[in-house]
Amino acid sequence: MEMLNLYQNNYLIVFVFLCLGILLPVVALFFGKLLRPYKPYESKYTTYESGIVPFHDSRVQFNVRYYIFALMFVIFDVETVFLYPWAVAYEKLGIFALIEMLIFVFMLVIGLIYAWKKKVLKWT
Amino acid sequence: MVEDLLHSSAGWLNFGIFFLLAVVLLLVVLGFVTYAILAERKVMGYMQMRHGPNQVGGRWGLLQTVADVLKLLLKEDVIPKLADRPLFIIAPVIAFAPAFMVLATIPFTDKFQFADIGVGLLYYIAVSGITTVGIVTGAWASNNKYALLGGMRAAAQMISYEIPLIMSVVGVVLLSGSLNLNDIVEAQKNGWFIVWQPIGFIVFFIAAVAELNRVPFDLPEAESELIAGFHIEYSGFRWAFFMLAEYVYFFAMAALITVLFLGGWLPLPFLGFIPGAVWFALKFTAVVFILLWFRSTFPRVRADQLMEFGWKVLLPIALANIFLTALIMELVKLF
Repeated sequence: MEMLNLYQNNYLIVFVFLCLGILLPVVALFFGKLLRPYKPYESKYTTYESGIVPFHDSRVQFNVRYYIFALMFVIFDVETVFLYPWAVAYEKLGIFALIEMLIFVFMLVIGLIYAWKKKVLKWT
Repeated sequence: MVEDLLHSSAGWLNFGIFFLLAVVLLLVVLGFVTYAILAERKVMGYMQMRHGPNQVGGRWGLLQTVADVLKLLLKEDVIPKLADRPLFIIAPVIAFAPAFMVLATIPFTDKFQFADIGVGLLYYIAVSGITTVGIVTGAWASNNKYALLGGMRAAAQMISYEIPLIMSVVGVVLLSGSLNLNDIVEAQKNGWFIVWQPIGFIVFFIAAVAELNRVPFDLPEAESELIAGFHIEYSGFRWAFFMLAEYVYFFAMAALITVLFLGGWLPLPFLGFIPGAVWFALKFTAVVFILLWFRSTFPRVRADQLMEFGWKVLLPIALANIFLTALIMELVKLF
């Protein structure tokens, strides 16, 4: 029971921080609304494009490279999901776990080398 | 007193008390941001052989940032007609809220800490990733080409450097055997991790600068090529919240580096009579100063160099560091 309370309280603090993090912008922007001027006219609300009239939609097709980086990120991020518990428990697991993890990481490194050779990591 | 509070059952009263305490921390952080911006301008000024702000608030310009914030509060709020209005409005909130949330787990001294959760380090890394979503949301909602370019660059950069950032702390986790930030500091009694994990520290520091979008990795908002990057269409206080998020992360990251590698509140040998809070403040200030120093000395890297450096240099080094640490731990156990 004691531990449960401690646990709940600690996560309650996290929740308090979340509330406060949302509240501050909301309150500040609300007070800003009372203070700031409001003088609208047409040209103020155009999109900025170095002074010329904007043309085309700006949500254009993007270079696929961004997507490939995102894929690489997911692969290595999942790897860290496995690395963290391993690192915490390593003291008790010993040399066998080290070899296992080496094999696991080695397989992912092969993927990195493949991407490297395929010039995925090159940004031109 | 706080100890009893933590052990009492969680309810609305606890919520209220924690809320008030968190408001105090928020005010401290806002105070820090105010003077960090002033310090940045002053330090940069002196490094560039000029004075920096010296008009508002005495010869040290002590009220300069306060005046700037008030000015921002009085600025008109412009939302472009083509922008996606709801997303445009909530993007600064998404960017700011996690910046403040990460502060919940950082132990400032052995007594002064908010949430002491078992996975503190993981929590920091996980929550700080959400800011990228806020930045991309803001960039996409602006419906501006520069903003979208800046936002995509920011996303690519932040996810690329998050990997070495996470990998480089695995060495610290291996040595301390815990993800709890308190335990990590306690494990540094026999020497700070900057001594046992020099490679990890360097990789972490570089990746941290990149995560903070600071010079030399400030490509997402490169003034001279993208004008201002993802927040180009933002004005007034909405813009201020993106900036505030950036500086709150600055605070959080400097505190995290202090905790992970510089021994947090632990004193140097024979200087234990100086209280822990002072030690924390000293180390924290040193990290902040180094980050400011970076800004005035390094040129911006190119976009292609940025990506290749992250994936081809930092990631392999961070991976090698993990296994080097594990291997050395095994060897130490043998002898």
